Amino acid sequence: MGRVLGLAIWIITLGSVWMFVSKHWWFPESISEHGGAVDRQFTITIIVCGIAFAAAQIGLGWVVWKYRDSSAATRATYSHGNNRLEVVWTVVTAVIFISLAIMGQRVWASLHLHAAPAGSYTVEVVAQQFSWNFHYHGKDNVFGRTDPNLIDDSALNYVGLDDTDPNAKDDSVVSTLVVPVNRPVELILKSKDVTHSFFVPQLRFKQDLVPGMAIPVHFTVNKVGKYELACAELCGMNHYKMKSYMLVLPENEFSELINLSQEKFQARKDELLAKYQLPQY
Amino acid sequence: MATVTSTKTAAKPVVGSGWPKPPGKNGSNGNGQGRRFGGRRRFSKETYRITVWILLAAIVMMFAALASSYIILSANPEWQPVRMPGAFMFSTGLILVSSATMTAARRRLQRGQSRKYRGWLLLTLMLGVAFLACQLKGLKQLVGAGVFFSGNPHSSFYYLFAGTHGIHLLGGLTALAYLASRSGKVLIGEASEKRLAATDVVALYWHFMDGLWVCLFLLLWFWK
Amino acid sequence: MAEAIHEEVHRHPAPTGFIRKYIFSIDHKVIGIQYILLALTAVVVGLVMSVLMRLNLSWPGTNWPIMGTLFPTGAPGGIMSPEFYLSLVTMHGTIMVFFVLTTAPQGGFGNYFLPIQIGADDMAFPFLNMMSFWVTFVGFVVLLFAIFAEGNATVGLWVSKLGESFAAGSGTVGPIGGWTGYAPLSALGKIAGPGQGAGVNLWIISIAIFCVGSLLGALNFITTLLNMRTRGMTLMRMPLTCWAWFTTAVLALLSFPVLLGGGILLLLDRVAGTSFFIPGGLYVSGSLVPLHNGGSPLLWQHLFWFFGHPEVYIAILPGMGATSHILSTFARKPIFGYRAMVFAIFAIGMLGFFVWGHHMFISGMSPYSAVAFSVLTLSIGVPSAIKTFNWLGTLWGAKIRFTTPMLFAIGFVSLFVAGGITGLVLGQTSLDFFFHDTYFVTAHFHLVMGVASIFGMFAATYFWFPKMFGRMMSESLGKFHFWVTFVGVYAIFVPFHAMGMVGMPRRYANFGEYEFLKNTHSLVLFVTWAAIITAAIQIVFYFNFFWSMFKGKKAGDNPWEATTLEWGIPSPPPHDNFAGIVPEVHRGPYEFAVPGAPKDFIMQTEPEGAAVAAH
Repeated sequence: MGRVLGLAIWIITLGSVWMFVSKHWWFPESISEHGGAVDRQFTITIIVCGIAFAAAQIGLGWVVWKYRDSSAATRATYSHGNNRLEVVWTVVTAVIFISLAIMGQRVWASLHLHAAPAGSYTVEVVAQQFSWNFHYHGKDNVFGRTDPNLIDDSALNYVGLDDTDPNAKDDSVVSTLVVPVNRPVELILKSKDVTHSFFVPQLRFKQDLVPGMAIPVHFTVNKVGKYELACAELCGMNHYKMKSYMLVLPENEFSELINLSQEKFQARKDELLAKYQLPQY
Repeated sequence: MATVTSTKTAAKPVVGSGWPKPPGKNGSNGNGQGRRFGGRRRFSKETYRITVWILLAAIVMMFAALASSYIILSANPEWQPVRMPGAFMFSTGLILVSSATMTAARRRLQRGQSRKYRGWLLLTLMLGVAFLACQLKGLKQLVGAGVFFSGNPHSSFYYLFAGTHGIHLLGGLTALAYLASRSGKVLIGEASEKRLAATDVVALYWHFMDGLWVCLFLLLWFWK
Repeated sequence: MAEAIHEEVHRHPAPTGFIRKYIFSIDHKVIGIQYILLALTAVVVGLVMSVLMRLNLSWPGTNWPIMGTLFPTGAPGGIMSPEFYLSLVTMHGTIMVFFVLTTAPQGGFGNYFLPIQIGADDMAFPFLNMMSFWVTFVGFVVLLFAIFAEGNATVGLWVSKLGESFAAGSGTVGPIGGWTGYAPLSALGKIAGPGQGAGVNLWIISIAIFCVGSLLGALNFITTLLNMRTRGMTLMRMPLTCWAWFTTAVLALLSFPVLLGGGILLLLDRVAGTSFFIPGGLYVSGSLVPLHNGGSPLLWQHLFWFFGHPEVYIAILPGMGATSHILSTFARKPIFGYRAMVFAIFAIGMLGFFVWGHHMFISGMSPYSAVAFSVLTLSIGVPSAIKTFNWLGTLWGAKIRFTTPMLFAIGFVSLFVAGGITGLVLGQTSLDFFFHDTYFVTAHFHLVMGVASIFGMFAATYFWFPKMFGRMMSESLGKFHFWVTFVGVYAIFVPFHAMGMVGMPRRYANFGEYEFLKNTHSLVLFVTWAAIITAAIQIVFYFNFFWSMFKGKKAGDNPWEATTLEWGIPSPPPHDNFAGIVPEVHRGPYEFAVPGAPKDFIMQTEPEGAAVAAH
């Protein structure tokens, strides 16, 4: 029984490690400036995890193989432990784990502990059950006034834009996120009803949109294309199809688009959405 | 490690032959198998104290959760502060006095003055009831001022704090009433010790309820 | 540490009537078995729900005629609706976490064996003990009402008479919101969609009742352990199981009040019009939400996870205790580093109160506090690593007897490592950008708090069954059960990591909407088949359990040749555990393979000098 169990543990270990090493199921390609750092940090972490996992499992398999009850005559070793080993082991794991913890803050700090860099392009994101609204400020670089009392889904005023505000004249509200490539983007995340979460796998970025809060986040995308945008926080019955796209455009296409008025913006955005293809999976 | 001293005699069989007799004072109660669990229980003051302290730890955690909620929500821009009703000030005075009378009752009992003990205990009980009545009056004043349970959190917290504290205080009142109902009897020996211990822990609970209310009161009043 | 000498009376004579003996019993042993039976009932419901979820994920849109008959609105025409799926998610989580992983390890085995292992005749407050079980039971009944109020029109009609916010009958099987019930989705009421009416109210009430039951239990456990240890049972001579139950009770005592407080606030938001979790200016289902303002959705998450993180330790610590105990017993070797084990279990428990924020990195909480939470979280890995190291140390140089409980205990160690290690990934803020709420998380917590805890409980069941019922469970059935389950759970949960790597979000009723999830289809199918087989094989366990209760081989007092107090008394134990005699403890709990001793184990009660002076 000991040998079988030891073998079984080793085979399971091998299979689990293979699943990661084979990279058959892996991150989608990274399209953000910070994505590479996230992937590297993950690689370091998963190697540490993999070594610890394999060492523990192989050790476990080995002791159950080796110390199975084979001879009736002998007894087990009488020992209550070894304090020196215990201390060494504790210090080693503490050093490794705390180093990992500190390394694991770098990308986070670069994005969340700093304000958006100057020259960022700002978009307001307003999530609702079960769709996304993206509010563009237009040529004047100022968002028009919004008020929850003015929200009227049936009149297509999804974000409660105040039409009497002069700043609102050139604003556009669309259902696809369009951002420029290689230019910092700042999103102001809001929700109309319940908590949602903004998730684009390729972006290596996720952030909840919480009603009552306006959460500013920023990142820079470095690859043109069309990517799926998913809701990652349970928001009700149709959570699984609260889907939109993030369209990353070259600077010229982007600046042309954002200077259009609402209707033309909408039409041009739909053209571009059809022009770009999703990545191959 | 493991320096082993071997021994001369073989192990006494343990399984199945009953337990080795414990030595000393407890003795047997006549069934020949060592001391039974049965028979008279020697009373332990520790059990009372440990239990009440553990209970208080749980209560502290619950009110800490509610008070942190209060503090977090008070930072919300939508927070609308509400004026402290006068009756709450008066009730806070009442419960502070009741703590003093409870201490007096305990002192009297320790000195064996059971009649005076009874008097102070009943006074504490009355002050407790008066406190609750006063709390209700305070909530009535809030309703009169158009401040209801529903609506903005600060108004809800008046009702929530007064209500949850009141429910816990009712437990204290029940315990006081129980002590008072037995305070007429003259007790000796273990029964008297027991009463002293019970009074101790009821006093502990009562002071705690007093302190708790003062904290909640100060929070409602000053942390707007 | 002063020795607490237990000189309690046995306060209650053995009951005679059926009701006092088996139903409203105040005997901790009967109450323990009641808790175990409650968990065995609840786990069937939870397990069936998980299989239904797998069916829906693997073959969406398939017609399951029986589902159509059972849930005409939730699965119209036999096709499960997304809201029906989400209600399964919610109830599966709630039932498993509260009514299985919290009841069986602590209320069940803790209740039965903590008093015996410390040499007490019962819990400190037997009546309170009975109350905690029945309060918990009422909580479970209310939870069943939450299922039927939404799923069954008749019950729904009846429940809806309770008040305006108790609108029911939306065709789900309870609320939609996950076991975490994030506000404001859970706070808004029926305007937020199907499954947000009576089901949520009853769900909150059920959990609040459960909190009260657990608090009463925790009070009892702590007092009993501190005050009722028998002669010679110093704290450092207690079996590690007792340390685990004690730590768990402390965690329960300090965390359940917070959930209770949060639950009350949530219920008030729903039924009394308060705004603790609802901010102003919300626009839900086509209209502005009137009257609410000033609340904070993040507040709910803080309150919930302040409880929720200790809760995962409440689920697993008793399993750790049982594993340590069983490993040492069948390794025929003292536990490696007893003191370190005690400190580690306490460190895990206490650190558990300072890491709740790692569930909330991306919730909108301050990113600075996220950094602090992250570092604290990874530091929990240190005591966990100490435990693993010591388990391996215990097996090193052992003489292992591969009984069924031992197999499950070894399985626990393997699964605990497999599940725990990914905490290093998820605890880092930068990696949570990607992994938060993906199947990577689902894999992590299912392995470590779900399956590992359950393995701890399987080990405990096979180990203590002879003591509880006086008969052995079948070893061959037990081993069959172990092998299929051990391989099965790895087959289910290791592929979850791969799905997480791709970015698959949790709580999706259907993966067909997204291109980036397309290449996971083979994994999804594989997991479903593994889940169906693993779930089905649990029938063997149930059969073994109930069959052995009546037909199993008779067990002696000490069939495993173990050392702790419960093995020195008859199986099953008499009403007052020690037949009226105060046991006296002379040594630590794991004296195996003592050189020079006549047998390879020395009971804790064996007098000094009779055998060997223990080290």
